[in-house]
Amino acid sequence: MVIQSTQRQRLGFLLYGVAALIFLYLPLAAVTLASFSQKRYVSFPIARYTTQWYEKAFESLTISDLFWTSLTIALMVTAICMVVGFFGALAYARYSWRGRKTYQKFILLPIFFPQSVLGLALLLWVNFLGIVPSWQTAIAAHLVWIAPIATLIMAIQAYSFDPALEEAARDMGASGWQVLREITLPLLLPGVISAGLFSFLLSWGNFPLSLFTTGADLTLPEWLYAKMVSGYSPLVPAVGALTVLGVTVFLTIALTVMWLYRRGRRVARRQVGP
Amino acid sequence: MRKSLRRAGLLSSLPILALLALVFVAPLLVVLGFSVMPTKTFTLLQWPTLENFGTIVGQTYYKSLLWSLGLSLATVVALLLICYPLAFAMAKVFGVFTNVITVLVVLTLFVSENIRLFGWVLVFMKGGLLSGTLKAWLGLEIGSLLYNVPVTVFGLVYVYFPFMLFPLTLGISMVPDELRHAAADLGASRWTVLREIDLPLAMPGILVGCMLTFVLCTGAMLESKLLGGQKVIVMADEIETAFTYGQNWPLGSALSVVLISLIGMIAVFVLRRIDLDQILGKT
Repeated sequence: MVIQSTQRQRLGFLLYGVAALIFLYLPLAAVTLASFSQKRYVSFPIARYTTQWYEKAFESLTISDLFWTSLTIALMVTAICMVVGFFGALAYARYSWRGRKTYQKFILLPIFFPQSVLGLALLLWVNFLGIVPSWQTAIAAHLVWIAPIATLIMAIQAYSFDPALEEAARDMGASGWQVLREITLPLLLPGVISAGLFSFLLSWGNFPLSLFTTGADLTLPEWLYAKMVSGYSPLVPAVGALTVLGVTVFLTIALTVMWLYRRGRRVARRQVGP
Repeated sequence: MRKSLRRAGLLSSLPILALLALVFVAPLLVVLGFSVMPTKTFTLLQWPTLENFGTIVGQTYYKSLLWSLGLSLATVVALLLICYPLAFAMAKVFGVFTNVITVLVVLTLFVSENIRLFGWVLVFMKGGLLSGTLKAWLGLEIGSLLYNVPVTVFGLVYVYFPFMLFPLTLGISMVPDELRHAAADLGASRWTVLREIDLPLAMPGILVGCMLTFVLCTGAMLESKLLGGQKVIVMADEIETAFTYGQNWPLGSALSVVLISLIGMIAVFVLRRIDLDQILGKT
């Protein structure tokens, strides 16, 4: 059979995959290496290593302000996306109703728009309403792009959902609210959690949507950009590496918790079962 | 029962529709409104005019537009060639390794674009990771590789890599194995299988990937700024300049309208050709 891959072809594909991963991670490695360089302006190979930029970053009040602004925005965006996206996903995949196909495409539309243009548009709108832009308006800007993605992620989960379970509960006299709380939500929970993770992380790292919408406030990515473009600070690689580390730690914890939860449920089911 | 389900669908779509009306549709309408206001004004309460579009046609903005489109096209072609083998392997060859790659690729998406591009600046600059290491180990002098058009395309390829990879993988995994085997058994060569079976059946994924990356690239600006050193000015850059330095909201809005209508046309064209239930429901 021609189509089955041989051992050598599998090896070739594997090497290609590894090369792609190196390509993706090389710049992050460069930033991390640079963050330990003692010189104000980095040059490779690094002559002397130091952790002083990390100490300075932790002491800096500006950076702790930036951290809290970014965190607050990301948390608010996550909360709103999870609620709105949950119902949006049900409408997307679970129910059949008139206008669903159009709705599905409309939800996707914002993802195709350039984020900086979406941010500028929001700035004009906010100005039109007479609101002074601040980190709160940045939340709205992030939602434009991130809420559709959260909806999509939950919709993928909702596709594999068995409607008979909801109907059975309703036939046995459960109210609409009860069905939602006892059947729909628990079954969609994995999708809700991944959507929450995505929302948080996409908001945390977002730059183009924040750029025009935070007003006088700044997020971490905005500060980094400002320093890259003008008035370079040796703190840039250190803070950049720290945000990468933050993302990694956050994801590791989240994935471990999800794995433990799933294992716990499997054990519980085995104990209950015959 | 049926009727109540239909109502449930409409009801549960309302929160996100309301949200998008407020933060997506309304702002775009304001942009549309500003695009027909007289130059350098800051209110919407004036007599509409088309002078901004006249300015766009009369000046050299078409160059930026062409650069944006050209860079995007080059990026999409490069991405398609680079991602297809990997997507194929992820869909048909790898087992567990597919999950590893997926997690590791998604992880990079959560790191700000500007940090990742800054990493490439550190790699490519004079005395950077590449030239510094080559000089120290091999005594080779290559200087800076930054600030030109190819490196801008490189940056675009890097940033939008996942946006091509995942739709392609989804698309290729929709190709049934039986069909590929049957064709091979009937004597089709690898090339014929690719052309007659894989590509046509994976087309929805390929289309989504190409459209997504093309559209995102036309709105990109960081790559040409950080890596390309503004060797070429792209459309998103012109828009930003009009709004910030230029303090010319109507002109910026008109430029946005041009870019958005272009993107909108491409998006609508492709979205009409695919069935989202089929693509997403299969995963």
